[in-house]
Amino acid sequence: MLDFVVPALNLKAILPQLILALTALTVLLVDVFAKGKGKTSLGALSLAGVVAALITLMLSRGSHESAYAGMLMADGFGFFITLIVCIVTFLTILASINYERICPDIKAGEFYCLMLFAAFGMSFMGNAGNLIMIFVALETMSISIYVLAGFKTSDAKSIESALKYFLLGAFASGFLLFGFALVYGAAGTLDIVKLGAFFTANPDSLHHPMVLGGMALMTVGFGFKVAMFPFHMWTPDVYEGAPTVVTGFMATGVKAAAFAALVRVFFVGFAPLQADWTTIMWVAALLTMTIGNLVAISQTNIKRMLAYSSIAHAGYLLVGFVVGTELARSGMLFYLLAYAFANIGAFAVISAMGKDGEEYTELNDFSGAGFKYPFLGLMMSIFIFSMAGIPPAAGFMGKFFIFSEAIKSGYIWLAIFGVINSVISLYYYLGVIVRMYFKEPEREITIMAPAGTMIAALSIAAFAVLQMGIFPSYIWDLARESVKMIM
Amino acid sequence: MVDNQSIYLTFAVILFVIGAAGAICRRNAIVVFMCIEIMLAGVSIAFVTFSRANHSLDGIFMVLFVMAVAAAEAAVGLAIFLLMYRKQGSIDLDKFNLLKW
Repeated sequence: MLDFVVPALNLKAILPQLILALTALTVLLVDVFAKGKGKTSLGALSLAGVVAALITLMLSRGSHESAYAGMLMADGFGFFITLIVCIVTFLTILASINYERICPDIKAGEFYCLMLFAAFGMSFMGNAGNLIMIFVALETMSISIYVLAGFKTSDAKSIESALKYFLLGAFASGFLLFGFALVYGAAGTLDIVKLGAFFTANPDSLHHPMVLGGMALMTVGFGFKVAMFPFHMWTPDVYEGAPTVVTGFMATGVKAAAFAALVRVFFVGFAPLQADWTTIMWVAALLTMTIGNLVAISQTNIKRMLAYSSIAHAGYLLVGFVVGTELARSGMLFYLLAYAFANIGAFAVISAMGKDGEEYTELNDFSGAGFKYPFLGLMMSIFIFSMAGIPPAAGFMGKFFIFSEAIKSGYIWLAIFGVINSVISLYYYLGVIVRMYFKEPEREITIMAPAGTMIAALSIAAFAVLQMGIFPSYIWDLARESVKMIM
Repeated sequence: MVDNQSIYLTFAVILFVIGAAGAICRRNAIVVFMCIEIMLAGVSIAFVTFSRANHSLDGIFMVLFVMAVAAAEAAVGLAIFLLMYRKQGSIDLDKFNLLKW
Protein backbone atom coordinates (compact mmCIF):
# COMPACT_ATOMS: atom_id res chain seq x y z
CA MET A 1 0.00 0.00 0.00
CA LEU A 2 1.38 3.36 -0.97
CA ASP A 3 1.41 6.15 1.55
CA PHE A 4 0.06 9.43 0.35
CA VAL A 5 1.08 12.48 2.33
CA VAL A 6 -0.54 15.76 1.39
CA PRO A 7 2.35 18.18 0.99
CA ALA A 8 2.18 21.46 2.85
CA LEU A 9 1.35 24.42 0.62
CA ASN A 10 4.56 26.41 0.92
CA LEU A 11 3.83 29.50 -1.13
CA LYS A 12 6.89 31.31 0.17
CA ALA A 13 9.20 28.91 -1.65
CA ILE A 14 7.70 29.68 -5.04
CA LEU A 15 6.81 33.34 -4.54
CA PRO A 16 9.04 34.80 -7.32
CA GLN A 17 7.81 32.24 -9.85
CA LEU A 18 4.23 32.75 -8.70
CA ILE A 19 4.56 36.49 -9.32
CA LEU A 20 5.95 35.83 -12.80
CA ALA A 21 3.03 33.55 -13.67
CA LEU A 22 0.40 35.89 -12.24
CA THR A 23 1.90 38.83 -14.13
CA ALA A 24 1.80 36.78 -17.33
CA LEU A 25 -1.89 36.03 -16.82
CA THR A 26 -2.64 39.65 -15.94
CA VAL A 27 -0.88 40.85 -19.07
CA LEU A 28 -2.95 38.44 -21.14
CA LEU A 29 -6.19 39.66 -19.55
CA VAL A 30 -5.33 43.34 -19.87
CA ASP A 31 -4.43 42.75 -23.49
CA VAL A 32 -7.92 41.43 -24.19
CA PHE A 33 -9.79 44.31 -22.58
CA ALA A 34 -7.48 47.28 -23.09
CA LYS A 35 -7.84 49.35 -26.22
CA GLY A 36 -5.42 51.74 -27.86
CA LYS A 37 -3.42 53.44 -25.19
CA GLY A 38 -3.81 50.65 -22.64
CA LYS A 39 -1.81 48.31 -24.87
CA THR A 40 1.30 50.41 -24.64
CA SER A 41 1.37 49.93 -20.88
CA LEU A 42 1.67 46.14 -21.22
CA GLY A 43 5.45 46.35 -21.34
CA ALA A 44 5.51 48.49 -18.21
CA LEU A 45 3.18 46.05 -16.46
CA SER A 46 5.43 43.10 -17.34
CA LEU A 47 8.48 45.01 -16.13
CA ALA A 48 6.75 45.74 -12.83
CA GLY A 49 6.01 42.04 -12.44
CA VAL A 50 9.61 41.03 -13.07
CA VAL A 51 10.88 43.66 -10.63
CA ALA A 52 8.45 42.40 -7.99
CA ALA A 53 9.69 38.85 -8.58
CA LEU A 54 13.27 40.07 -8.30
CA ILE A 55 12.58 41.83 -5.00
CA THR A 56 10.86 38.82 -3.43
CA LEU A 57 13.74 36.70 -4.70
CA MET A 58 16.34 38.93 -3.06
CA LEU A 59 14.35 38.83 0.19
CA SER A 60 14.38 35.03 0.08
CA ARG A 61 18.18 34.94 -0.21
CA GLY A 62 19.68 32.28 2.00
CA SER A 63 16.59 30.07 2.05
CA HIS A 64 17.52 26.43 2.06
CA GLU A 65 14.54 24.15 2.01
CA SER A 66 12.89 21.55 -0.10
CA ALA A 67 9.21 22.13 -0.72
CA TYR A 68 6.30 20.18 -2.20
CA ALA A 69 7.59 16.74 -1.19
CA GLY A 70 10.99 17.26 -2.78
CA MET A 71 9.59 18.49 -6.09
CA LEU A 72 11.08 21.91 -5.55
CA MET A 73 14.42 22.92 -4.10
CA ALA A 74 14.33 26.48 -2.82
CA ASP A 75 18.10 26.55 -2.32
CA GLY A 76 20.99 28.84 -3.15
CA PHE A 77 21.59 27.31 -6.55
CA GLY A 78 18.00 27.82 -7.60
CA PHE A 79 18.21 31.33 -6.18
CA PHE A 80 21.12 32.25 -8.44
CA ILE A 81 19.50 30.76 -11.56
CA THR A 82 16.24 32.59 -10.82
CA LEU A 83 18.29 35.75 -10.37
CA ILE A 84 19.86 35.31 -13.82
CA VAL A 85 16.48 34.53 -15.37
CA CYS A 86 14.79 37.58 -13.80
CA ILE A 87 17.60 39.88 -14.94
CA VAL A 88 17.52 38.45 -18.46
CA THR A 89 13.75 38.81 -18.67
CA PHE A 90 13.86 42.35 -17.32
CA LEU A 91 16.46 43.49 -19.86
CA THR A 92 14.76 41.70 -22.76
CA ILE A 93 11.38 43.27 -22.03
CA LEU A 94 13.02 46.68 -21.63
CA ALA A 95 14.70 46.26 -25.01
CA SER A 96 11.53 44.91 -26.68
CA ILE A 97 9.59 48.10 -26.02
CA ASN A 98 11.93 49.75 -28.54
CA TYR A 99 11.82 46.73 -30.86
CA GLU A 100 8.05 47.09 -31.25
CA ARG A 101 8.65 50.16 -33.39
CA ILE A 102 11.08 48.39 -35.69
CA CYS A 103 9.16 45.17 -35.93
CA PRO A 104 5.42 45.92 -35.62
CA ASP A 105 4.44 42.23 -35.58
CA ILE A 106 5.43 41.84 -31.97
CA LYS A 107 3.21 44.64 -30.69
CA ALA A 108 1.00 42.31 -28.71
CA GLY A 109 0.32 41.26 -25.17
CA GLU A 110 1.08 37.63 -25.98
CA PHE A 111 4.68 38.57 -26.57
CA TYR A 112 5.24 39.66 -22.98
CA CYS A 113 2.98 36.96 -21.64
CA LEU A 114 4.97 34.21 -23.38
CA MET A 115 8.24 35.75 -22.27
CA LEU A 116 7.08 35.72 -18.66
CA PHE A 117 5.87 32.13 -18.94
CA ALA A 118 9.22 31.14 -20.44
CA ALA A 119 10.94 32.84 -17.50
CA PHE A 120 8.63 30.95 -15.15
CA GLY A 121 9.71 27.65 -16.72
CA MET A 122 13.40 28.59 -16.71
CA SER A 123 13.31 29.51 -13.06
CA PHE A 124 11.63 26.22 -12.15
CA MET A 125 14.27 24.33 -14.10
CA GLY A 126 16.86 25.80 -11.76
CA ASN A 127 14.77 24.89 -8.72
CA ALA A 128 13.52 21.47 -9.79
CA GLY A 129 14.21 18.63 -7.37
CA ASN A 130 12.53 15.93 -9.39
CA LEU A 131 12.85 14.75 -12.99
CA ILE A 132 9.10 15.29 -13.49
CA MET A 133 9.57 18.94 -12.52
CA ILE A 134 12.53 19.28 -14.86
CA PHE A 135 10.50 17.91 -17.74
CA VAL A 136 7.44 20.08 -17.12
CA ALA A 137 9.54 23.22 -16.54
CA LEU A 138 11.64 22.51 -19.63
CA GLU A 139 8.55 22.17 -21.79
CA THR A 140 6.90 25.27 -20.30
CA MET A 141 10.01 27.16 -21.28
CA SER A 142 10.47 25.52 -24.67
CA ILE A 143 6.88 25.77 -25.89
CA SER A 144 6.83 29.48 -25.05
CA ILE A 145 10.11 29.96 -26.87
CA TYR A 146 8.92 28.04 -29.97
CA VAL A 147 6.12 30.56 -30.30
CA LEU A 148 8.36 33.54 -29.58
CA ALA A 149 10.83 32.41 -32.26
CA GLY A 150 8.07 32.53 -34.85
CA PHE A 151 6.57 35.78 -33.65
CA LYS A 152 7.50 37.81 -36.72
CA THR A 153 4.71 36.24 -38.74
CA SER A 154 5.34 38.42 -41.80
CA ASP A 155 8.86 37.06 -42.11
CA ALA A 156 9.29 33.57 -43.59
CA LYS A 157 12.68 33.25 -41.89
CA SER A 158 11.17 33.69 -38.47
CA ILE A 159 8.53 31.02 -39.07
CA GLU A 160 11.14 28.69 -40.49
CA SER A 161 13.29 29.11 -37.41
CA ALA A 162 10.28 28.39 -35.18
CA LEU A 163 9.52 25.25 -37.20
CA LYS A 164 13.08 23.96 -36.98
CA TYR A 165 13.36 24.73 -33.29
CA PHE A 166 10.02 23.10 -32.61
CA LEU A 167 10.69 19.85 -34.48
CA LEU A 168 14.24 19.41 -33.21
CA GLY A 169 13.29 20.49 -29.69
CA ALA A 170 10.43 17.99 -29.50
CA PHE A 171 12.73 15.30 -30.92
CA ALA A 172 15.39 16.05 -28.29
CA SER A 173 12.91 16.04 -25.43
CA GLY A 174 11.85 12.57 -26.58
CA PHE A 175 15.43 11.40 -25.98
CA LEU A 176 15.57 13.19 -22.65
CA LEU A 177 12.36 11.47 -21.55
CA PHE A 178 13.57 8.04 -22.57
CA GLY A 179 16.69 8.72 -20.54
CA PHE A 180 14.51 9.59 -17.56
CA ALA A 181 12.53 6.37 -18.09
CA LEU A 182 15.63 4.15 -18.13
CA VAL A 183 17.10 5.76 -15.01
CA TYR A 184 13.71 5.46 -13.31
CA GLY A 185 13.61 1.79 -14.24
CA ALA A 186 17.02 1.16 -12.70
CA ALA A 187 16.69 3.29 -9.58
CA GLY A 188 12.95 3.26 -8.96
CA THR A 189 12.69 6.95 -8.24
CA LEU A 190 12.52 10.22 -10.14
CA ASP A 191 13.62 12.32 -7.17
CA ILE A 192 17.07 13.70 -7.88
CA VAL A 193 18.29 13.55 -4.27
CA LYS A 194 16.97 10.00 -3.87
CA LEU A 195 18.67 9.03 -7.15
CA GLY A 196 21.99 10.16 -5.70
CA ALA A 197 21.30 8.26 -2.47
CA PHE A 198 20.32 5.13 -4.41
CA PHE A 199 23.49 5.12 -6.49
CA THR A 200 25.65 5.70 -3.42
CA ALA A 201 23.93 2.85 -1.58
CA ASN A 202 24.06 0.42 -4.53
CA PRO A 203 27.44 0.83 -6.19
CA ASP A 204 26.96 -2.38 -8.20
CA SER A 205 23.99 -0.83 -10.01
CA LEU A 206 26.15 2.01 -11.30
CA HIS A 207 27.26 0.29 -14.47
CA HIS A 208 23.96 -1.31 -15.27
CA PRO A 209 23.33 -0.73 -18.99
CA MET A 210 20.04 0.95 -18.17
CA VAL A 211 21.75 3.57 -16.01
CA LEU A 212 24.50 4.26 -18.53
CA GLY A 213 22.03 4.32 -21.44
CA GLY A 214 19.73 6.63 -19.53
CA MET A 215 22.59 8.94 -18.73
CA ALA A 216 23.68 9.02 -22.37
CA LEU A 217 20.16 9.82 -23.58
CA MET A 218 19.81 12.56 -20.98
CA THR A 219 23.11 14.02 -22.15
CA VAL A 220 21.64 14.16 -25.66
CA GLY A 221 18.51 15.93 -24.43
CA PHE A 222 20.30 18.48 -22.29
CA GLY A 223 23.12 18.82 -24.82
CA PHE A 224 20.57 19.95 -27.36
CA LYS A 225 19.25 22.68 -25.09
CA VAL A 226 22.70 24.02 -24.17
CA ALA A 227 23.91 23.72 -27.81
CA MET A 228 26.66 21.22 -27.05
CA PHE A 229 28.55 19.66 -29.95
CA PRO A 230 27.33 17.53 -31.83
CA PHE A 231 23.80 18.72 -31.00
CA HIS A 232 24.44 22.35 -31.90
CA MET A 233 23.33 22.37 -35.55
CA TRP A 234 20.00 24.06 -34.89
CA THR A 235 21.52 27.02 -33.05
CA PRO A 236 22.63 29.31 -35.91
CA ASP A 237 19.45 28.75 -37.93
CA VAL A 238 17.14 29.42 -35.04
CA TYR A 239 19.12 32.36 -33.71
CA GLU A 240 19.26 33.99 -37.13
CA GLY A 241 15.58 33.64 -37.93
CA ALA A 242 14.05 34.53 -34.57
CA PRO A 243 13.22 38.17 -33.76
CA THR A 244 16.45 39.67 -32.45
CA VAL A 245 15.32 40.41 -28.89
CA VAL A 246 14.01 36.86 -28.63
CA THR A 247 17.37 35.56 -29.84
CA GLY A 248 19.06 37.37 -26.96
CA PHE A 249 16.54 35.85 -24.57
CA MET A 250 17.07 32.34 -25.98
CA ALA A 251 20.83 32.59 -26.00
CA THR A 252 21.01 33.54 -22.33
CA GLY A 253 17.92 32.39 -20.45
CA VAL A 254 17.52 28.99 -22.07
CA LYS A 255 21.22 28.28 -21.72
CA ALA A 256 21.27 29.25 -18.04
CA ALA A 257 18.21 27.11 -17.30
CA ALA A 258 19.49 24.10 -19.23
CA PHE A 259 22.90 24.28 -17.57
CA ALA A 260 21.19 24.54 -14.19
CA ALA A 261 19.21 21.36 -14.80
CA LEU A 262 22.31 19.63 -16.18
CA VAL A 263 24.38 20.54 -13.13
CA ARG A 264 21.71 19.49 -10.68
CA VAL A 265 20.97 16.15 -12.32
CA PHE A 266 24.60 15.21 -12.87
CA PHE A 267 26.16 16.54 -9.67
CA VAL A 268 23.36 15.53 -7.30
CA GLY A 269 21.71 12.59 -9.06
CA PHE A 270 24.69 11.04 -10.84
CA ALA A 271 27.42 12.16 -8.43
CA PRO A 272 28.77 8.60 -7.89
CA LEU A 273 29.13 8.24 -11.67
CA GLN A 274 31.25 11.36 -12.05
CA ALA A 275 34.30 9.44 -13.28
CA ASP A 276 32.24 8.01 -16.16
CA TRP A 277 30.68 11.17 -17.51
CA THR A 278 33.73 13.38 -17.02
CA THR A 279 35.57 11.77 -19.95
CA ILE A 280 32.68 12.23 -22.37
CA MET A 281 32.12 15.80 -21.26
CA TRP A 282 35.86 16.54 -21.58
CA VAL A 283 35.70 15.70 -25.29
CA ALA A 284 32.37 17.48 -25.70
CA ALA A 285 33.71 20.64 -24.05
CA LEU A 286 36.79 20.71 -26.27
CA LEU A 287 34.87 20.10 -29.50
CA THR A 288 32.04 22.49 -28.59
CA MET A 289 34.33 25.46 -28.05
CA THR A 290 36.61 24.67 -30.99
CA ILE A 291 33.83 24.10 -33.54
CA GLY A 292 31.91 27.13 -32.30
CA ASN A 293 34.88 29.45 -32.63
CA LEU A 294 36.19 28.11 -35.94
CA VAL A 295 32.84 28.28 -37.72
CA ALA A 296 32.08 31.72 -36.27
CA ILE A 297 35.05 33.14 -38.17
CA SER A 298 33.51 32.50 -41.57
CA GLN A 299 30.07 33.99 -40.82
CA THR A 300 28.81 37.09 -42.62
CA ASN A 301 25.64 37.60 -40.60
CA ILE A 302 26.18 38.97 -37.13
CA LYS A 303 23.34 36.98 -35.58
CA ARG A 304 24.78 33.74 -36.98
CA MET A 305 28.22 34.77 -35.78
CA LEU A 306 26.95 35.36 -32.27
CA ALA A 307 25.08 32.04 -32.46
CA TYR A 308 28.36 30.21 -33.10
CA SER A 309 30.00 32.30 -30.41
CA SER A 310 27.26 31.19 -28.02
CA ILE A 311 28.15 27.58 -28.89
CA ALA A 312 31.75 28.38 -28.00
CA HIS A 313 30.60 29.90 -24.70
CA ALA A 314 28.70 26.67 -23.97
CA GLY A 315 32.07 24.96 -24.46
CA TYR A 316 33.78 27.21 -21.88
CA LEU A 317 30.91 26.53 -19.48
CA LEU A 318 31.33 22.80 -20.05
CA VAL A 319 34.98 23.16 -19.00
CA GLY A 320 33.67 24.32 -15.62
CA PHE A 321 31.26 21.39 -15.67
CA VAL A 322 34.05 18.87 -16.34
CA VAL A 323 36.29 20.28 -13.62
CA GLY A 324 33.31 20.03 -11.33
CA THR A 325 34.78 21.35 -8.08
CA GLU A 326 32.74 23.75 -6.01
CA LEU A 327 34.80 26.69 -7.23
CA ALA A 328 34.44 25.59 -10.85
CA ARG A 329 30.68 25.43 -10.49
CA SER A 330 30.68 28.90 -8.91
CA GLY A 331 32.72 29.98 -11.92
CA MET A 332 30.01 28.58 -14.18
CA LEU A 333 27.33 30.60 -12.39
CA PHE A 334 29.45 33.74 -12.56
CA TYR A 335 30.16 33.11 -16.23
CA LEU A 336 26.48 32.53 -16.99
CA LEU A 337 25.58 35.90 -15.50
CA ALA A 338 28.44 37.73 -17.21
CA TYR A 339 27.57 36.05 -20.50
CA ALA A 340 23.90 36.94 -20.02
CA PHE A 341 24.60 40.65 -19.62
CA ALA A 342 26.95 40.80 -22.60
CA ASN A 343 24.75 38.74 -24.92
CA ILE A 344 21.46 40.43 -24.09
CA GLY A 345 23.24 43.75 -24.64
CA ALA A 346 24.78 42.73 -27.96
CA PHE A 347 21.50 41.38 -29.32
CA ALA A 348 19.71 44.51 -28.10
CA VAL A 349 22.16 46.66 -30.07
CA ILE A 350 21.53 44.52 -33.16
CA SER A 351 17.77 44.82 -32.64
CA ALA A 352 18.17 48.61 -32.59
CA MET A 353 19.85 48.49 -36.01
CA GLY A 354 16.64 48.59 -37.98
CA LYS A 355 13.81 50.64 -39.35
CA ASP A 356 10.17 49.97 -40.25
CA GLY A 357 10.20 46.21 -40.19
CA GLU A 358 13.60 45.94 -41.84
CA GLU A 359 16.62 44.87 -39.84
CA TYR A 360 20.26 45.21 -40.70
CA THR A 361 21.98 42.10 -39.46
CA GLU A 362 24.76 41.63 -42.01
CA LEU A 363 28.22 42.23 -40.60
CA ASN A 364 28.87 44.77 -43.37
CA ASP A 365 25.95 46.87 -42.17
CA PHE A 366 28.01 47.61 -39.09
CA SER A 367 30.76 49.26 -41.13
CA GLY A 368 31.22 52.79 -39.91
CA ALA A 369 28.38 52.42 -37.42
CA GLY A 370 30.68 53.29 -34.53
CA PHE A 371 30.99 56.93 -35.56
CA LYS A 372 27.54 57.27 -37.04
CA TYR A 373 25.82 55.98 -33.91
CA PRO A 374 28.34 56.65 -31.14
CA PHE A 375 26.17 55.35 -28.31
CA LEU A 376 25.31 52.04 -29.94
CA GLY A 377 28.92 51.66 -31.09
CA LEU A 378 30.29 52.19 -27.61
CA MET A 379 27.79 49.77 -26.08
CA MET A 380 28.52 47.11 -28.71
CA SER A 381 32.25 47.45 -28.07
CA ILE A 382 31.79 46.90 -24.34
CA PHE A 383 29.70 43.78 -24.90
CA ILE A 384 32.05 42.41 -27.54
CA PHE A 385 35.04 42.97 -25.23
CA SER A 386 33.25 41.06 -22.51
CA MET A 387 32.48 38.11 -24.81
CA ALA A 388 36.04 38.06 -26.07
CA GLY A 389 37.26 38.00 -22.48
CA ILE A 390 39.28 41.20 -22.55
CA PRO A 391 39.74 42.92 -19.18
CA PRO A 392 38.19 44.90 -17.55
CA ALA A 393 34.95 43.36 -18.82
CA ALA A 394 33.06 40.65 -16.93
CA GLY A 395 33.78 37.91 -19.47
CA PHE A 396 37.45 38.05 -18.56
CA MET A 397 36.78 37.36 -14.88
CA GLY A 398 34.41 34.52 -15.81
CA LYS A 399 37.03 32.84 -17.99
CA PHE A 400 39.67 33.49 -15.35
CA PHE A 401 37.64 31.77 -12.63
CA ILE A 402 36.88 28.72 -14.78
CA PHE A 403 40.32 28.23 -16.34
CA SER A 404 42.30 28.89 -13.16
CA GLU A 405 40.22 26.29 -11.37
CA ALA A 406 40.77 23.87 -14.27
CA ILE A 407 44.54 24.27 -13.88
CA LYS A 408 44.36 23.83 -10.11
CA SER A 409 42.38 20.61 -10.51
CA GLY A 410 44.80 19.15 -13.05
CA TYR A 411 42.84 19.73 -16.25
CA ILE A 412 45.78 21.60 -17.72
CA TRP A 413 45.16 20.56 -21.33
CA LEU A 414 41.55 21.61 -21.19
CA ALA A 415 42.61 25.02 -19.83
CA ILE A 416 45.23 25.37 -22.56
CA PHE A 417 42.70 24.54 -25.27
CA GLY A 418 40.30 26.99 -23.66
CA VAL A 419 42.83 29.79 -23.79
CA ILE A 420 43.81 28.95 -27.38
CA ASN A 421 40.11 29.12 -28.24
CA SER A 422 39.76 32.51 -26.59
CA VAL A 423 42.59 33.74 -28.78
CA ILE A 424 40.91 32.36 -31.91
CA SER A 425 37.68 34.05 -30.92
CA LEU A 426 39.45 37.41 -30.71
CA TYR A 427 39.71 37.36 -34.49
CA TYR A 428 36.00 37.54 -35.19
CA TYR A 429 35.08 39.58 -32.12
CA LEU A 430 37.59 42.27 -32.96
CA GLY A 431 36.43 42.05 -36.58
CA VAL A 432 33.15 43.62 -35.49
CA ILE A 433 34.95 46.47 -33.73
CA VAL A 434 37.28 47.03 -36.67
CA ARG A 435 34.27 47.24 -38.96
CA MET A 436 32.48 49.68 -36.69
CA TYR A 437 35.37 52.11 -36.27
CA PHE A 438 37.88 51.64 -39.10
CA LYS A 439 35.79 50.94 -42.18
CA GLU A 440 33.68 53.09 -44.44
CA PRO A 441 30.01 52.10 -44.73
CA GLU A 442 29.31 50.04 -47.86
CA ARG A 443 25.72 51.13 -48.22
CA GLU A 444 23.72 53.96 -46.75
CA ILE A 445 21.51 52.77 -43.96
CA THR A 446 19.48 54.83 -41.58
CA ILE A 447 18.08 53.50 -38.37
CA MET A 448 15.46 54.75 -35.96
CA ALA A 449 16.85 56.57 -32.95
CA PRO A 450 16.74 54.13 -30.03
CA ALA A 451 13.96 54.72 -27.53
CA GLY A 452 14.67 55.72 -23.95
CA THR A 453 13.91 52.21 -22.74
CA MET A 454 16.51 50.77 -25.11
CA ILE A 455 19.11 53.26 -23.88
CA ALA A 456 18.23 52.28 -20.31
CA ALA A 457 18.52 48.54 -21.06
CA LEU A 458 21.90 48.97 -22.79
CA SER A 459 23.24 51.22 -20.04
CA ILE A 460 22.24 48.77 -17.32
CA ALA A 461 23.82 45.84 -19.17
CA ALA A 462 27.02 47.77 -19.91
CA PHE A 463 27.28 49.01 -16.34
CA ALA A 464 26.81 45.47 -15.04
CA VAL A 465 29.44 44.10 -17.43
CA LEU A 466 32.01 46.62 -16.24
CA GLN A 467 30.98 46.34 -12.60
CA MET A 468 31.33 42.55 -12.67
CA GLY A 469 34.67 42.86 -14.43
CA ILE A 470 36.25 45.45 -12.16
CA PHE A 471 34.65 44.56 -8.81
CA PRO A 472 33.70 40.90 -9.24
CA SER A 473 33.77 40.05 -5.54
CA TYR A 474 30.09 40.68 -4.76
CA ILE A 475 28.75 38.42 -7.51
CA TRP A 476 31.59 35.92 -7.00
CA ASP A 477 30.76 35.59 -3.30
CA LEU A 478 27.09 35.24 -4.18
CA ALA A 479 27.92 32.49 -6.68
CA ARG A 480 30.12 30.63 -4.20
CA GLU A 481 27.50 30.88 -1.49
CA SER A 482 24.89 29.61 -3.98
CA VAL A 483 26.88 26.57 -5.05
CA LYS A 484 27.59 25.61 -1.44
CA MET A 485 23.87 25.52 -0.84
CA ILE A 486 22.90 23.07 -3.57
CA MET A 487 20.77 20.38 -1.96
CA MET B 1 6.27 -11.17 -14.17
CA VAL B 2 9.83 -10.63 -15.35
CA ASP B 3 8.97 -11.98 -18.78
CA ASN B 4 5.95 -9.72 -19.07
CA GLN B 5 8.09 -6.77 -18.18
CA SER B 6 10.65 -7.50 -20.87
CA ILE B 7 7.88 -7.88 -23.46
CA TYR B 8 6.50 -4.46 -22.62
CA LEU B 9 9.97 -2.93 -22.57
CA THR B 10 10.84 -4.41 -25.95
CA PHE B 11 7.60 -2.98 -27.29
CA ALA B 12 8.47 0.43 -25.83
CA VAL B 13 11.94 0.40 -27.37
CA ILE B 14 10.58 -0.70 -30.76
CA LEU B 15 8.06 2.16 -30.73
CA PHE B 16 10.76 4.62 -29.74
CA VAL B 17 13.10 3.46 -32.50
CA ILE B 18 10.34 3.53 -35.13
CA GLY B 19 9.50 7.07 -34.07
CA ALA B 20 13.12 8.23 -34.06
CA ALA B 21 13.85 6.65 -37.45
CA GLY B 22 10.72 8.20 -38.93
CA ALA B 23 11.52 11.63 -37.51
CA ILE B 24 14.92 11.50 -39.17
CA CYS B 25 13.88 10.03 -42.54
CA ARG B 26 10.48 11.57 -43.29
CA ARG B 27 10.30 14.98 -44.99
CA ASN B 28 6.73 16.02 -44.32
CA ALA B 29 6.55 18.17 -41.19
CA ILE B 30 3.29 16.65 -39.95
CA VAL B 31 4.56 13.09 -40.43
CA VAL B 32 7.75 14.03 -38.57
CA PHE B 33 5.65 15.40 -35.77
CA MET B 34 3.57 12.20 -35.68
CA CYS B 35 6.79 10.20 -35.46
CA ILE B 36 7.84 12.28 -32.45
CA GLU B 37 4.47 11.44 -30.88
CA ILE B 38 5.24 7.74 -31.47
CA MET B 39 8.52 8.23 -29.61
CA LEU B 40 6.61 9.76 -26.71
CA ALA B 41 4.18 6.82 -26.75
CA GLY B 42 7.14 4.45 -26.45
CA VAL B 43 8.48 6.50 -23.54
CA SER B 44 5.09 6.40 -21.83
CA ILE B 45 4.88 2.61 -22.09
CA ALA B 46 8.37 2.32 -20.61
CA PHE B 47 7.36 4.58 -17.73
CA VAL B 48 4.20 2.58 -16.95
CA THR B 49 6.13 -0.69 -17.09
CA PHE B 50 8.81 0.55 -14.73
CA SER B 51 6.18 2.08 -12.48
CA ARG B 52 4.58 -1.34 -12.06
CA ALA B 53 7.90 -3.10 -11.65
CA ASN B 54 9.10 -0.62 -9.03
CA HIS B 55 5.77 -0.39 -7.19
CA SER B 56 5.87 3.39 -7.32
CA LEU B 57 3.46 5.89 -8.80
CA ASP B 58 6.06 8.40 -10.07
CA GLY B 59 6.19 6.85 -13.52
CA ILE B 60 2.42 7.05 -13.97
CA PHE B 61 2.42 10.72 -12.99
CA MET B 62 5.14 11.29 -15.50
CA VAL B 63 2.97 9.73 -18.22
CA LEU B 64 0.12 12.11 -17.35
CA PHE B 65 2.48 15.05 -17.77
CA VAL B 66 3.89 13.63 -20.99
CA MET B 67 0.38 13.46 -22.43
CA ALA B 68 -0.45 17.00 -21.31
CA VAL B 69 2.76 18.38 -22.74
CA ALA B 70 2.29 16.46 -25.99
CA ALA B 71 -1.12 18.07 -26.37
CA ALA B 72 0.35 21.54 -25.80
CA GLU B 73 3.12 20.79 -28.26
CA ALA B 74 0.59 19.64 -30.86
CA ALA B 75 -1.32 22.91 -30.53
CA VAL B 76 1.79 25.02 -30.99
CA GLY B 77 3.26 22.76 -33.67
CA LEU B 78 0.15 22.68 -35.84
CA ALA B 79 -0.13 26.47 -35.59
CA ILE B 80 3.46 26.81 -36.82
CA PHE B 81 2.81 24.33 -39.67
CA LEU B 82 -0.30 26.27 -40.69
CA LEU B 83 1.63 29.54 -40.74
CA MET B 84 4.35 27.91 -42.80
CA TYR B 85 1.83 26.49 -45.24
CA ARG B 86 0.22 29.88 -45.75
CA LYS B 87 3.58 31.45 -46.35
CA GLN B 88 5.27 28.81 -48.51
CA GLY B 89 2.38 26.70 -49.80
CA SER B 90 4.05 23.53 -48.55
CA ILE B 91 5.19 21.85 -45.38
CA ASP B 92 7.88 19.78 -47.04
CA LEU B 93 10.97 20.14 -44.87
CA ASP B 94 13.31 19.98 -47.89
CA LYS B 95 11.82 23.19 -49.26
CA PHE B 96 12.79 25.28 -46.26
CA ASN B 97 16.13 26.71 -47.15
CA LEU B 98 16.00 30.39 -46.28
CA LEU B 99 18.26 29.59 -43.38
CA LYS B 100 21.15 27.29 -44.07
CA TRP B 101 19.91 24.05 -42.51
